[in-house]
Amino acid sequence: MSTVFIAFQTNDDTRPIVESILADNPHAVLDEQPAMVKINAEGSLVIKRESIEERIGRSFDLQELQINLITISGHLDEDDDQFSLSWKN
Amino acid sequence: MAVTAMKDYKFSPADTQDKFHGGQLLYVGWDDHLMFCAPFAYCLPPTTLFSDLCEKILANSFGYHPDWKKIDFKAATWLKSGKPWQADPSKTLAELGLKHKDVLRLKTPGLKGIDGTSS
Amino acid sequence: MDMQASKKKLGLKEKYAHMTRGLDWETSYQPMDKVFPQATFEGIKIHDWDKWEDPFRLTMDAYWKYQAEKERKLYAVLDAFAQNNGHLGVTDARYINALKLFLTGISPLEYVAHRGFAAAGRNFPGVGPRVACLMQSLDEVRHAQTQIHALSNYNKHYDGFHDFKYMIERVWYLSVPKSFFDDAFSAGPFEWMIAIGFSFEYVLTNLLFVPFMSGAAYNGDMATVTFGFSAQSDEARHMTLGLECIKFMLEQDPDNLPIVQKWIDKWAWRGIRVLSLVGMMMDYMLPKRVMSWKEAWEIYFEQNGGALFGDLARYGIKVPECLAQCSIDKEHISHQAWATFYQYGGAAAFHTWMPTDDEMDWLSAKYPNTFDKYYRARFTHWRDEAEKGNRFYSNTLPMLCQVCQIPMLFTEPGDPTQICYRESDYEGEKYHTCSDGCKHIFDDEPQKYVQAWLPVHQILQGNCFPEGTDPTVEGFNPLAKVLEWYHLEHGKDNLDFEGSRDQKNFDTWRGLATKNT
Repeated sequence: MSTVFIAFQTNDDTRPIVESILADNPHAVLDEQPAMVKINAEGSLVIKRESIEERIGRSFDLQELQINLITISGHLDEDDDQFSLSWKN
Repeated sequence: MAVTAMKDYKFSPADTQDKFHGGQLLYVGWDDHLMFCAPFAYCLPPTTLFSDLCEKILANSFGYHPDWKKIDFKAATWLKSGKPWQADPSKTLAELGLKHKDVLRLKTPGLKGIDGTSS
Repeated sequence: MDMQASKKKLGLKEKYAHMTRGLDWETSYQPMDKVFPQATFEGIKIHDWDKWEDPFRLTMDAYWKYQAEKERKLYAVLDAFAQNNGHLGVTDARYINALKLFLTGISPLEYVAHRGFAAAGRNFPGVGPRVACLMQSLDEVRHAQTQIHALSNYNKHYDGFHDFKYMIERVWYLSVPKSFFDDAFSAGPFEWMIAIGFSFEYVLTNLLFVPFMSGAAYNGDMATVTFGFSAQSDEARHMTLGLECIKFMLEQDPDNLPIVQKWIDKWAWRGIRVLSLVGMMMDYMLPKRVMSWKEAWEIYFEQNGGALFGDLARYGIKVPECLAQCSIDKEHISHQAWATFYQYGGAAAFHTWMPTDDEMDWLSAKYPNTFDKYYRARFTHWRDEAEKGNRFYSNTLPMLCQVCQIPMLFTEPGDPTQICYRESDYEGEKYHTCSDGCKHIFDDEPQKYVQAWLPVHQILQGNCFPEGTDPTVEGFNPLAKVLEWYHLEHGKDNLDFEGSRDQKNFDTWRGLATKNT
């Protein structure tokens, strides 16, 4: 199985996003680097709007990820409710 | 193979001999002396004597290496395009059949660079 | 009274579809194939442009909103950096030379990428990729501009930053990245997308960006870190565009497979050759190192690339063959490249130096199979000679590879003590290449490469002197004239870091910032 990953800038905006990802993807692994946080996961990972909204106490548009996103690996699928990465092999 | 293009894709080469003001390109590398990161490129008159090439031109390029002054040119061998080639110090590049953009490799057996690392 | 359920808001996918492909039309005033004359000549068959799946679905309102937010954050940091002499926060002034390489070698490429994506977008009949290319073209000119802004502060204080726009077309090592993009830009729109959109922006991007940006983070360079992060989410969109492009081409027609495979093979190799500059930067130019080039290659190509090619295997795509060689090369190229710039430091618009003992020990540890065996001896020798006042500067021009335009510094994969020589004959002329990879590229499209503007050959033709130069005068010094033509100030922009103006200034200014006398 191949690994997908997503990396964000380390700041107050991404903290709840990272927490949501780790909560919704038990197989995901956190990798902290200078100024950057990377999350690796076997096969796929999903980011849910609702999980983030629960943590930040306001509505959240998943496209806000654009501001702090660094890089991704895997096929992307996005809609209003979730953002997912996967490899199909 | 032809370049896939919308029209006829034909351009003249940028480095034909006529562009070098009477000179020809010659490349020379010294095997096992990677201190010199790559072979050198020279533009030389075809009338250049091979002895001058070795004693003046190559000496100027390669002389920084402590091995250079140890070379016995009589024992040294040469490759041209990777195949054994006979040098003759008394002949010119043209007389030796060296053509534009030929590449020579100098092999100096027994000399293995800095600390024997081929540097 | 019953509550009327409100109509559901248009979802992200539908909204995006309406605002992009929903606005498109087939031309009637001129036939489509006249309006899009480059759409078929490459042999790529597209039957249904509607099958294109838009990756990130940013409509203009979202795009500008998030880009504006990023710009505000970036420029605030750049202002603070300039106001607070942020440049004095770097580990040491040797690091700044990595930035010179970046500004002269990478930033102009961002600009060409902008033009290339604009051209590709103009030439695709499908509205999905057209819009995506347009957005990428905007992103790339943004990158060019933000890089220039971020690095302009360094230009106020340090040598070598002053003329990137002029140098890119002239300086010998800059022909390496330039020719890479020229090759792609002079290809058709589909090859451009595989070359840049896929091979460069997906397969290889992490090997360019992460080293430079992590290098900046590890070495206290706030301006570059901030620029890097600001660009990175644009890059994530670019990655998805590249991946969608290749999927789309492969799914449209099985006849596309061999063409796409050939392009992947070519462009992966060309990209890896350009990345030699990054490898040397990571291993030699960062006072505080992030990881070795070898490690970066293993993470970002072997593992990550492995996942990608594993995924593409279902279409019949294979990992480029020449890449097997890279697992050998990864332990050599950074040392070979730095050795090259060290000895040609007289003609480089950035400083060079030999590593310290600590740094050599780091290299030994990171390269247990190669550093001590092949490279330490020559570096120690050079350092000893420099200490005696006999610093090595090569006085003769190197032989270049006809394709990648790098000096022929690469060695045989099976023998790192032997320079790799490859040759091709074409229409009565001889052409030299550095490797099987480059030779194969040459032999496949010789007409593209016979016209290459090779810096060394151009110098030898006398084309690299300032106007009005007379090469027949007594005591003519061709190297000095070439440097003048490069707009490279001898004794300031070039030569060793030891004794440079950068070194003296940095030490003086940092001293002023921390002492009272």
